[in-house]
Amino acid sequence: MIPATVLFWALAVGAVAGGVAVFAVGSMARATFALLASFLCVGGELLVLDLDYLGVLVVLMMIMEMLVMAVFMVMFMMNPAGLMPMSMVHNRWGALGISGAVFAALAAGIVLTPWPHRAGRPPRDPTRALGLAIMGPKMPVMMGIGLAILATMIASVVLATRRGRYGDAE
Amino acid sequence: MSGERTPVWAVVALPAAVGLLAYAVAVFDAVAVEGMRGRAFARPLRRAALLAVRQRRTTLAADRLLLGAGVAVLPAAALLAALVVPVGGVPVVASPVGIVWFNAAEVATWAAAWLVGWGPNAAFSLVGGYRFLAQGLAYELPHMFVLITVAVGAGSLDLTAVAAAQRHLWFAVQMPVAFALYLVSASALAFWGPFAHPLDGALGADLSGADRLLFLGGRCAMLAVAGAAAVPLFLGGGAGPLLPAPVWSLVKTLAVLAALVFAGARVPRLRMDRFLAAAWTVLIPVALLQLLVVAVTR
Repeated sequence: MIPATVLFWALAVGAVAGGVAVFAVGSMARATFALLASFLCVGGELLVLDLDYLGVLVVLMMIMEMLVMAVFMVMFMMNPAGLMPMSMVHNRWGALGISGAVFAALAAGIVLTPWPHRAGRPPRDPTRALGLAIMGPKMPVMMGIGLAILATMIASVVLATRRGRYGDAE
Repeated sequence: MSGERTPVWAVVALPAAVGLLAYAVAVFDAVAVEGMRGRAFARPLRRAALLAVRQRRTTLAADRLLLGAGVAVLPAAALLAALVVPVGGVPVVASPVGIVWFNAAEVATWAAAWLVGWGPNAAFSLVGGYRFLAQGLAYELPHMFVLITVAVGAGSLDLTAVAAAQRHLWFAVQMPVAFALYLVSASALAFWGPFAHPLDGALGADLSGADRLLFLGGRCAMLAVAGAAAVPLFLGGGAGPLLPAPVWSLVKTLAVLAALVFAGARVPRLRMDRFLAAAWTVLIPVALLQLLVVAVTR
């Protein structure tokens, strides 16, 4: 088996490379899938860290989310057909300055934060522990919100599709 | 993923098993569509060989990279989904969240469809790819609720534990609505049978040669893995009298696949807009009701 450290670094490099590719490729479709690849690497990192549920959930949600995003990213770009070369880079020097500053601040945060030492041991079933930690005392509220979100989704889709280009969608 | 170490032989055995099941699907399909005349077993192989050696047609300014990715995603997703499906109680990777992993791999068909639609730089393919995203959402939501229902019924996201939870009564009997919805949505996610619109002169219309072989073969593999997963999800896994567990798993899997393919060949294409409306307004509420029943009676 490949040691976890090697996997971790390979996925980390993959995630960053995917992020860089988003700004280096010449088509919005490719940028979308470079971003998806980057997210999938992050999901892989969570799996390497033995956070099975979170990792698989990131993979599942990111595939669905980025495919829906693809529609909008292509739709709102300057040349939707992607026939002409495009660039995701705007305001080059300003963006470089802002991103450099943000990176420096975040990296400084990593170094300067007094990280707590591990107290106790990982639970036997991290998925269950995570669910209880997030929703434990507020389960009815979370369930209510979940149903409300779903009802909103269905209602908006039903309203949006009532009349189509070819008459009623029965 | 964590869990026990994956045995080395699985690297060879898993693609072989998925390939054989996909071949079985292709044979069922040949028999269902064209009858037993001639050599039904040889026909899919003959077609595959023809596609494999035929030269690719190319379209103007195609995005070869994305097209190649889309073509490869479908078989790769089928293999990834198969990783966690237990055969006779033993999966290749024992994952505590196997159901979610299986679903994540199935959703990769969206990526395959969109990429194969976008890649050739041709109008009909593009329309097919975009359409499948809208369809995919309507297929995936009932599918997801069905998987959640099974997980609630078993009290676990581990497919092996799900199969073990059906010692006394199969989930196909305990939650028949969920089983029916699973079969429908799994066929739809593999654009099979009455849900094959994406292939009607749209998706894959501009694929040729080895690309077409991989795409259509990957579709068979996707249906095959969905059928294999139905066994631990609803049909008690490898449990059965006399025969050893792996044999029962295989028998049940082939039965599910035969049912899916032959039923799919008998049902005409559903009108897409009507089915989508029904999926949102009927299938999702029905799936939620089944979930409610299972959650309350468990």
